[in-house]
Amino acid sequence: MRPPAESFPVAASQELRNSQLRANLGNATGAIRAKRERIVAELSDWQELRDAGSAIKADVMANLDTYLLQFEQALTAAGATVHWARDGAEACAVVAEVARARGVSEVVKVKSLTTDEIELNNALAQRGIHALETDFAELILQLDGDWSSHILVPAIHRNRTEIRDLFKRTIAPDIESDDPAVLAEASRRYLRERFLDAKVGVSGANFGVAETGTLCVVESEGNGRMCTTLPPVLVSILGIEKLVPTFTDLEVFLQLLPRSSTGERMNPYTSLWTGVTDSDGPQELHVVLLDNGRTRVLRDEIGRQALHCIRCSACLNVCPVYVRTGGHAYGSVYPGPIGAILTPQLIGIENAPSLPFASSLCGACYEVCPVKIDIPRVLLHLREQAVDATGKPGERFAMRSMGWVFGRASRLRFAQRLARVMQRPFVHSGMIHRLPPPFTAWTRTRDLRPVAPVSFVDERSSKKGRE
Amino acid sequence: MKIGLFATCVADTMFPEAVRATATILERLGHEVVVPAEQTCCGQMHMNSGYRRDALPLADRFLAIFGDLDAVVSPSSSCVGAVRDLYPKLLGIEHPLLERTMELSEFLVHRLGIEDVGASYPHRVTYHPTCHSLRVTRIGDAPVRLLRNVGELELVELPDASECCGFGGTFAIKNSETSSAILADKCSAIESTDADVCTAVDGSCLLQIGGGLSRRGDRVRAVHLAEILASR
Repeated sequence: MRPPAESFPVAASQELRNSQLRANLGNATGAIRAKRERIVAELSDWQELRDAGSAIKADVMANLDTYLLQFEQALTAAGATVHWARDGAEACAVVAEVARARGVSEVVKVKSLTTDEIELNNALAQRGIHALETDFAELILQLDGDWSSHILVPAIHRNRTEIRDLFKRTIAPDIESDDPAVLAEASRRYLRERFLDAKVGVSGANFGVAETGTLCVVESEGNGRMCTTLPPVLVSILGIEKLVPTFTDLEVFLQLLPRSSTGERMNPYTSLWTGVTDSDGPQELHVVLLDNGRTRVLRDEIGRQALHCIRCSACLNVCPVYVRTGGHAYGSVYPGPIGAILTPQLIGIENAPSLPFASSLCGACYEVCPVKIDIPRVLLHLREQAVDATGKPGERFAMRSMGWVFGRASRLRFAQRLARVMQRPFVHSGMIHRLPPPFTAWTRTRDLRPVAPVSFVDERSSKKGRE
Repeated sequence: MKIGLFATCVADTMFPEAVRATATILERLGHEVVVPAEQTCCGQMHMNSGYRRDALPLADRFLAIFGDLDAVVSPSSSCVGAVRDLYPKLLGIEHPLLERTMELSEFLVHRLGIEDVGASYPHRVTYHPTCHSLRVTRIGDAPVRLLRNVGELELVELPDASECCGFGGTFAIKNSETSSAILADKCSAIESTDADVCTAVDGSCLLQIGGGLSRRGDRVRAVHLAEILASR
């Protein structure tokens, strides 16, 4: 995974200027949020479900070595070939080799963040193989050379007129209407033939069941099921954290996931398959188990809960930061609050030190997380690591100085007195409208109340002193 | 009851009237209010900004200064949250005082069972529930219960009330543009209520909201809940 090209504040600054993007995001996330809230409220045992999801994932992380070997054994017994990939390059090489062996120049793909993480499409393109995205939104982005800005709704930043124009230029020259049904039909016609011709399918997986070797893909359009059942060969890539111990555990996650992500009681297309079944579905199944930084995350006892994520995107939709900046500001396939704690851990904090600070710590993400990842807690943990790794000397000095000032009340009183004197030239009719750097960052958009003439603690202590 | 008043550095420096009001309310209810002169800061800013180790001595000071009081009450819910939630989570501190540290409105409603403090405030008021009061200290509707019993006060509901104001401590500086974009929506929501006053239980959020409203030239004032509850 590549580090973000720019720091979060710089990238966000660009995105914030796009008022159309903000309007789109506000509407789309607002609608999903309201739906999620309503559907979650239907379940009286929602908190217990979250506890169960959290406990299962914690168990998986604590015993990952055992579950992974069990998973490999079950898969092999069911006729699949298991590949272990230390990083993205190794995983991409497996897919390329399978495609090469079949002599194909195109593979059809299910929407998969894991394959985005390892930039599989680029890797295959370099070897002359086209990876066709078959999810509606992913197809739109692929046709336009754009990239995802939301875990669940990748083209959330595009509107339907833009999509109609894009289709006209690419897959449907005759299209006139921007009616969603017409747009969907255009992509359906385009994709249907490619599904029938495809010799190799590529998928990720939402869950892998250690006990049985079963893979599970959860999707809404049916394209995923086409990819996992029509081509004779299927390659499924999943991060090693995607395991659940038993088939029964899916019960918990298949309730948590659709309600959290799309606000649906039940997911529309849930595909489950176990190895190879004679004369039904793909006759060759490759499963790639991807590390790509995950074992390093696992070593951090506080940070590892980021691996519990089931990619529902509820945290994005409630995040005051994400809703304003959109996903591209995070410079990663994992945007939003979960991205702010996952990306820096996967690629190393020194490569994304600004991401843990891209949060007002409002806690809305933690409140909705279906597996109770304490995102604010992990953010603080990573902020400390970021300061240690890449902290600016000026800030460090300022923080140390503040710590020193707070070490004695007399010092704080002195600092308050100093501020009262220094603010004088800036106070106009009771407010400060402009300050020199670094406070300009505040006064560019906000006024500031001046430091009060006397603090209450001071007032009370001097009164006590006189008595 | 012997109550320690935890003024907090931000409130005492920028909003001493809110700290004074907190003391007034508690004293009117017949409690002895102790204001330790040595108090400074709980260390929240350091903990939230990646300087956890620098917060440790501040936490030790806090416990030494307030340790043996029956209760510690503060006009700032985020500072109370730092003590109650972050001291154990981040600093590994366990101390009976943590549970006895409360924000003013939750102390009045949940601890003392008082919802009417005999205040009167002839204004149209909207209430912004701050993020930490909702999701860290979980004070629930304690402020609203108190506001409903304030004489002559007209309470108007704030649209999308539980949305963050965009303050977030150093976030307001480090990510000032995003912070301001969040604030703009909060200010619009406040304006739509046609209130005279927006109130909250966190001075820092009021600094942000008040600063935004003032820059927009609004007549709405940001006033701490304690001041309203102390008004007669």
